[in-house]
Amino acid sequence: MPETLFKINAKEYILPGNRSCQGCGLSLAYRMALKALREKTIMVLGPSCLCVLHGLYPSTAVLIPGFNTTFASAGAAASGLVAGLRALGRDNETVCAFIGDGGTSDMGIQSLSGAAERQTDFIYVCYDNEGYMNTGTQRSSATPLGAITTTTPIYTKEEHKKDLVRIMEAHEIPYIATANAAYPIDLYDKFVKAKKIKGTRYIHLFIPCPPGWGFPPKDTIKIGRLAVETGVFPLFEIENGKFHFTGRSRALAERGHKIPVSTYLERQARFQKMTPAQVNVFQQWVDRRWEDFLRRAEADAKHFLS
Amino acid sequence: MSRVEIMTGNQAAALGARLARVQVVAAYPITPQTSLTETLAQLIESGEMQAEYIRVDGEHSALTVCIAASTIGARAFTATSANGLLYMHEQIHWAAGSRLPIVMCCVNRGVGAPWTIFNDQQDSISQRDTGWIQLYCRDNQEIIDTVIQAFRIAETIYCPVMVCYDGFVLSHTLMPVEIPEEEKVDAFLPPYRPHTILDDTNPRTINPVMFADLRANAEGILCDGYMEIRYKLEYALKGALKTIQDVSDEYALVFGRDHGGLIWEYKTSDAEVILTGMGSIATEATIAADILREKGIPAGVVGIRAYRPFPTEALIRALKRARSIHCLEKAVSYGFAGPVYTDLRAALYGSECDAQMQDYITSLGGRDIQPSTIAEVVLNRIKSDAFDGRFREPIWINCRTE
Repeated sequence: MPETLFKINAKEYILPGNRSCQGCGLSLAYRMALKALREKTIMVLGPSCLCVLHGLYPSTAVLIPGFNTTFASAGAAASGLVAGLRALGRDNETVCAFIGDGGTSDMGIQSLSGAAERQTDFIYVCYDNEGYMNTGTQRSSATPLGAITTTTPIYTKEEHKKDLVRIMEAHEIPYIATANAAYPIDLYDKFVKAKKIKGTRYIHLFIPCPPGWGFPPKDTIKIGRLAVETGVFPLFEIENGKFHFTGRSRALAERGHKIPVSTYLERQARFQKMTPAQVNVFQQWVDRRWEDFLRRAEADAKHFLS
Repeated sequence: MSRVEIMTGNQAAALGARLARVQVVAAYPITPQTSLTETLAQLIESGEMQAEYIRVDGEHSALTVCIAASTIGARAFTATSANGLLYMHEQIHWAAGSRLPIVMCCVNRGVGAPWTIFNDQQDSISQRDTGWIQLYCRDNQEIIDTVIQAFRIAETIYCPVMVCYDGFVLSHTLMPVEIPEEEKVDAFLPPYRPHTILDDTNPRTINPVMFADLRANAEGILCDGYMEIRYKLEYALKGALKTIQDVSDEYALVFGRDHGGLIWEYKTSDAEVILTGMGSIATEATIAADILREKGIPAGVVGIRAYRPFPTEALIRALKRARSIHCLEKAVSYGFAGPVYTDLRAALYGSECDAQMQDYITSLGGRDIQPSTIAEVVLNRIKSDAFDGRFREPIWINCRTE
């Protein structure tokens, strides 16, 4: 059952006055994630917005130790921390890599895949703001179809985003979840659960980015919710291969109807060049995935009941 | 009692890592390094060695695992060759910038393209400017001893050390090796004490973004900027000249073997013609020196064991009586000359050593060279009229250059 806001760890691990942008979805999600992970955690950071949020030497805004590593190496860095902790007999600490979509789906995918194949005992979080936002909104393989970025300025991105969750599922890891900065309790619960599981756990976070996506900072939560309401980014867990929706996506699957993706797309400047044909393709992509998830949820629930 | 066994250079390096009580090993296969890390896997899986062995997805990850483990406080070791070393390049800088006492064996091999699996030293030379100490070994005994010394050096000054030795020439060649006694190694190499803290009772962000200029912390104390941190790395590397020599001297006292610290010399007391180089080519030069002596040329060898930091003072002392210096090199700085020649010429400029200098490029991609050939080309060179102290193009030995 989802916890209520009152059950969430009251301690703050991010100090006020950090360097994230106004309305930053990452700082909201990271705050909740750290509350769930608590002490005895070591974060692995890549070159990304999060390394800026953590602070510039000699100050840090975060009360959980952070280990910066290079772009392509987060999975290996986590492996090294886990190995080092084991070698030293420090056996009650959690290693959590918190890496952007570029560092996960482009450059870091090899070392992440290696760490997952070795069933390394750590949590890997991809915080997906759908582009290289820290370097100025360049296209990543997680950028969605139709988005303007500084490296797809005229034609927009012509391909769908890479499906990292399916790639991670192929590693047969015990826990996979999606979460969204706009649903803090759902996000919190998933980190609490992930912390208790052994082996490689993968959490894919949806992180609305006001400057990168082109919406007002006040609308971060609204955009995050629309991504769920439209089925663009469903909330779910895959535990030992068994899929089930969570939170708002479960409600939508059981009794609601998702709303058209155009309501999500039209609120963001990055999609302003999309043609009606592209919007249709986007809608079909969302529908196809949603139907797949529905069938899978039904099948896995039957399997669970039988 | 120490005991003598017949083993390859790679086995010697693996036994050195075991005696150093390495706690984390991460490696990826590449010829000719493989039998080193296979030996470690065998030692660890059989329980003869207590360590975590991470079989990584590539060399970039191998060194990353070592960086993370070393930051936590575990003694970490890896080994690679050629393109594997090049693939690590980003992390080679990262390890040195993080001041982590990682030890890596570079089993020297030529780099592609085109592919070669055979020996030269272009791989480690191309990592020269990263802030790692580089030590070059000339036989298998020196390899086992140098791996142990390397951890002591690294953990004294918090800099990583690359132990370089020639692929196949040493890595796969059997030689008698005296294995140091465990208790003596334990006394020589105390447990590793990390300088980094990754602990929530004192939360820190390791290797954050830096500004160029000094910046005040929360207490108002001005802390280093990027440039100060980099200066400290340079200062540590220069200081390593003394540390390398001290560790070598202490090792000689405890274990009875002296590999020479920064440099080693062969028949130099009366030598006017000095051959120089690193690793097994310098060993070969000692035979060439003997051949030259048979022909009445007073020749000797100065072998360079520490290439970074570069032992300028030690080399000036060793070379000040030389009339001519001949650098035998298994690497090229394309567009100029060999790296040893380049550095040595700069180091000796304006010193009391005013010897003539010639550079020789040899043995790239494992091309064989005989001591008699070295003696012959050196003899031809010192008879040449053009030996006037000016820069001359390197001579490529045993190479069709027309």
